Amino acid sequence: MKVRAQIAMVLNLDKCIGCHTCSITCKNVWTSREGVEYAWFNNVETKPGIGYPKEWENQDKWNGGWVRTRAGKLVPKAGGRWRMLSKIFANPDLPQIDDYYEPFDFDYQHLHEAPEVKHQPTARPRSQITGQRMQKIHWGPNWEEILGTEFAKRSVDRNFDGVQKEIYGTFEKTFMMYLPRLCEHCLNPACVSACPSGAIYKREEDGIVLIDQDKCRGWRMCVSACPYKKIYYNWKSGKSEKCIFCYPRIEMGEPTVCSETCVGRIRYLGVMLYDADRIEAAASVPAEKDLYQAHLDIFLDPFDPAVIEAARKEGIPDSWLEGAKASPVYKLAIDWQLALPLHPEYRTLPMVWYVPPLSPIQSAAERGRIGMNGELPDIASLRIPVRYLANLLTAGNEAPVVRALERLMAMRAWRRALNVDGVEDHAVLKQAGLSAAQAEEMYRYLAIANYEDRFVIPSAHREYANDAYGERGGCGFTFGNGCSGDNPADLFSARKTTTYSVHPNRQEKTGVMP
Amino acid sequence: MNYLHQFAFQIYPYIAIAVFLIGSWARFDYAMYTWRTGSSQLLSSRGMRLGSNLFHIGILAILGGHIVGLLTPHAVYELLITAPQKQLLAMWVGGIAAVLCFAGILILLWRRLFDARVRATGSFGDLLVLVLIFAQLLLGMVSIRLSMDHLDGSVMIVLSEWAQHIVTFRAGAANFIYGVHWVYQAHLVLGMTLFLIAPFTRLVHVWSIPLSYLWRPYQVVRRRQATLNYGPRA
Repeated sequence: MKVRAQIAMVLNLDKCIGCHTCSITCKNVWTSREGVEYAWFNNVETKPGIGYPKEWENQDKWNGGWVRTRAGKLVPKAGGRWRMLSKIFANPDLPQIDDYYEPFDFDYQHLHEAPEVKHQPTARPRSQITGQRMQKIHWGPNWEEILGTEFAKRSVDRNFDGVQKEIYGTFEKTFMMYLPRLCEHCLNPACVSACPSGAIYKREEDGIVLIDQDKCRGWRMCVSACPYKKIYYNWKSGKSEKCIFCYPRIEMGEPTVCSETCVGRIRYLGVMLYDADRIEAAASVPAEKDLYQAHLDIFLDPFDPAVIEAARKEGIPDSWLEGAKASPVYKLAIDWQLALPLHPEYRTLPMVWYVPPLSPIQSAAERGRIGMNGELPDIASLRIPVRYLANLLTAGNEAPVVRALERLMAMRAWRRALNVDGVEDHAVLKQAGLSAAQAEEMYRYLAIANYEDRFVIPSAHREYANDAYGERGGCGFTFGNGCSGDNPADLFSARKTTTYSVHPNRQEKTGVMP
Repeated sequence: MNYLHQFAFQIYPYIAIAVFLIGSWARFDYAMYTWRTGSSQLLSSRGMRLGSNLFHIGILAILGGHIVGLLTPHAVYELLITAPQKQLLAMWVGGIAAVLCFAGILILLWRRLFDARVRATGSFGDLLVLVLIFAQLLLGMVSIRLSMDHLDGSVMIVLSEWAQHIVTFRAGAANFIYGVHWVYQAHLVLGMTLFLIAPFTRLVHVWSIPLSYLWRPYQVVRRRQATLNYGPRA
């Protein structure tokens, strides 16, 4: 047993209102630079939809993630080492900027400077790549917002596999949900395995997956290898970039920016202990439907004395072991089994999990009554098809999704009986397999969701950090060139990463609008 | 003329090699963040699959052929083949690689010049590198045609003598080049110039051929920082 710790995340989709605050705060902090203006380390998609970049879930198209060979070995879907290197001159699986969207800005200045004309001046879009006027914006990071675009296009969504999707195109039957997405900081990351330079790595202390910006050579194999398409090629620096899980904040015991600013309080951060020796076996179980259970099985019980002893031997500090005991992620994923991994069939063992959303009960409107299954409304009568959620979260295995949804409903019914009728409805809890104590705790974590319950992040330990004396007089966060880069005639064609170089003179003159 | 000749073929090689080695070293040490392939495939992948593959396969074959062909001492290869045979081999292998490379570079040049996104985001250095390699390739292809006029391997031996004298720091290397057709001379000078500019352009990525990928484990785990060791406590 090799005990490792990771700060994992859970998102409660039942409470996501799709406000995009997470995306905006993340963008403002990390990717408001030329070269990654098209990149969203965190984005929120409306499902069903093909998402951002287009059809990211279609691995027949992008060849992301892992596959299990007939011999039971795990290889990247794009191919083994020789095949990967053979694609180095031109990666056939690389998404194009148009699969994300051509980044643009608007001619706001024109609104100030337009001469007096008959019609109201408008701010027209301009490409942030060529500086040229764009006649039409074709796609964006959130083009399908709240069922945007026609159903025929959205229904290409791979999660419709095995669902009679045609009926969901009608207004009466349609459904939607939000899916905020970020790097999964996987236990078995495909991006790391695909990097020819070995520049991508997982941090031993907290499991955060990072790209060494100095070592990255821009071979761009990671971009296609990541099945979640959460690695972005910075076209200006020629390096790949990805969500860094706000590691400078995590190290200080603070939540990531997306979690901190989430107005719906849907995000949870906490320590998970796992057995690193069992990663490979778990990721290569034969049946895709077993991957969720295999993933659950490599997590370790933070209350088990044997685990604690083994963890101490590995040098995991006591504050982390205490954090693991109070981890909201452990409660949601293991204790209550509400949170499920995103697309476990990619075999990357993702570490950002999701509580599936409840949805309005459809048959109630149709038949004037609610279909009941014992004490609880029938899960099959929920608007979002269970099969759809199962395709998204458990590789098509519906039982864990049904269990999670039933528990969410049971907790609500329990609280409703308590508040409205003043009775303890133990029958409803029993059907969902919950105790009264569990239901109360679920209520506290899911409904109240206090800050200190949602985020249990032990700060990075003094033992981990080197002597800070050598860093005195430093200039803080840079892109590897220290404090240099101010010289306009840089010998090695370094370009300042903090300023824009699409100069006005590369843009067309703005005249009077026709 | 004599001075210029001495400079071009006796002194310039050392300048080019020194700048290439020291410049690459300096860039690796001081500006590793700028060390990159400079791929623009994200912005436009049209023609990349064909163009980039043809270009890279061609040019790597040519580069390898030049290193082996120029630097293998006569005594060594004569155990296997004669000089005329070696010249013929070089012409065939080099010729085929040149055709691949030529087709590839045409596609890449077209892309760099006429694709609005690649044009707008690329640097002057990116274009310069491509144009110089294109010119060098043309000179090389003309030299293959010229070689057909002397199939005895004599010019080849002269050129490899020059190269071997240069890398072994022997005087009189430039004398070998006297009287050689100007196309060969121009090819040599431009070739050395490519070495000269390499550290300041995207060409540095030839150093980074990621062969170590073939034997590294799939997963990479790093400790954030080395654990402090203050030694045994007093």
